[in-house]
Amino acid sequence: MTLAAPNNARKDSKGLLRYLPQEGPLRVAIMGGFGLISILVLWQAICMILQVPDYLVPSPIKVFAAMRRDWVLLADNSVPTIKAAFYGFVIGNFIAVLVAVTFVYNKLIEEMYYPVAILIKTIPIVAIAPVLKLILGNGLAPKVAVAALICFFPTLVNAVRGFRSVSPNLLELMHVLSASRGEVFRYVRVYGALPYVFSALKISVTMCVLGAIVGEWIGANKGIGYILIQSMFDFDAPRLFATILVASTIAIIGFTIVSVLEKLVISWDPGESV
Amino acid sequence: MNAAIELSGINVTFGAGAKAIEAVGHVDLSIAKGQFVSLIGHSGCGKSTLLRVIADILEPTMGTTEILGAPPAKARQERTFSMVFQQSILMPWANVIDNVTLPFKVGGKHDPSLGMDPMDALKLVELEGFAKAKPAELSGGMRQRVAIARALVTRPKILLMDEPFGALDELVRDTLNVELLRIWRQSGMTIVFVTHSLQEAVFLSQRVVVLSRRPSQVSDILDVDLPDERTLELKDDPRVGRQVARLRALLDAG
Repeated sequence: MTLAAPNNARKDSKGLLRYLPQEGPLRVAIMGGFGLISILVLWQAICMILQVPDYLVPSPIKVFAAMRRDWVLLADNSVPTIKAAFYGFVIGNFIAVLVAVTFVYNKLIEEMYYPVAILIKTIPIVAIAPVLKLILGNGLAPKVAVAALICFFPTLVNAVRGFRSVSPNLLELMHVLSASRGEVFRYVRVYGALPYVFSALKISVTMCVLGAIVGEWIGANKGIGYILIQSMFDFDAPRLFATILVASTIAIIGFTIVSVLEKLVISWDPGESV
Repeated sequence: MNAAIELSGINVTFGAGAKAIEAVGHVDLSIAKGQFVSLIGHSGCGKSTLLRVIADILEPTMGTTEILGAPPAKARQERTFSMVFQQSILMPWANVIDNVTLPFKVGGKHDPSLGMDPMDALKLVELEGFAKAKPAELSGGMRQRVAIARALVTRPKILLMDEPFGALDELVRDTLNVELLRIWRQSGMTIVFVTHSLQEAVFLSQRVVVLSRRPSQVSDILDVDLPDERTLELKDDPRVGRQVARLRALLDAG
């Protein structure tokens, strides 16, 4: 007896695409690269055809030229931004997880301070930044504080949800085993929360770069935020765009690191029912 | 004293006032040491509720429970009993051996020498090659074996089982039934087994406690008349069929 091939079988790719892997991160990277290149080509074409002046929107070639020209300046100024973003990321997320644990174990504190956390979240970060500058001065501290503040809320919300997401079955088992609250936390709740916390970290790792830049806008003489403002005043659009590209690259690298860490730490299927 | 579990006047009522639901009406039951006893009844009759009272997961509205002469909370803390649930309830992030050794890591200081070697527990459920496997890599039947190993590792005197094979297919259930009987015979434990399968109850047990519809009471107790040595072939024996029919009649009467 012969069986007919299922008619929903994936058709073989034609042309150059057949050299690509069918799925996986390499395919995602290559296809994403194609997409990006197509947009750059389109952008270059529009700039050339419409003869858009460089001081308004520079062509990609001009942006890359500016990047080559100013790479020492951009690299030097990336350091304080990365520093502020990194410290902000660590501090903001650490405090958020700590507060989440307190909320999960103390209903009264949660009832009192969750609304306050939401209230703080509703104030635009650009409005808080000058306040932080007034309080913390001109150094690294206000930039770190803005970055930390921007990381805080998504991680708090997700961590609270995560610590509470534990399957009731597992809690019942831990009860039968006479586990203490600390043991339930250590052996069950932490693991239940990890997938939620990592989702939040992936958001906050890009947000903390934004926070550091906002912090630098309010008052700094170095950093990516400072270069952005300076390039705007100098009408140096190619450098402005090149700086944006650097900021975006920093965020992408951060996102990739957190994603790799997530893959290493979460070796189980978080959606699996217990 | 010969009773492993003694239930006197157990009543469980959920909620209060007009919305109160009486799950267990009035149950007096004594389970002797070393016996294999099944609880059976119509769906929702409160058999799992009764088991949860014994396991100290649920406090009865009225009545007292004694487990080897001690209140359930004390028995729980002393690891007098272990429980196997309908789901295997394994920690998906931990491998098999870490799941099996969980009872040694939580719940206060316990002398591990009183328990079983975790590898021996795995051997008992024929999973010795899977110590490092994650639960996701195992089939439903294998996961339930891990749950049984986790329950056995503390060498409990009593094993409470709440429809442990209910979610498994018939072939796996048959195999695990036979293995459970082997473990029971080797260990001399008391087993209280909740099931909705009449055949399973007859095949495994020495006594089957029939519960009436909600609010449940013990409507009858069937002493199973089968040889102590039970093999899989016995499941198709007419004697099992006759006792299943009797059990069905008792259930309908209740």
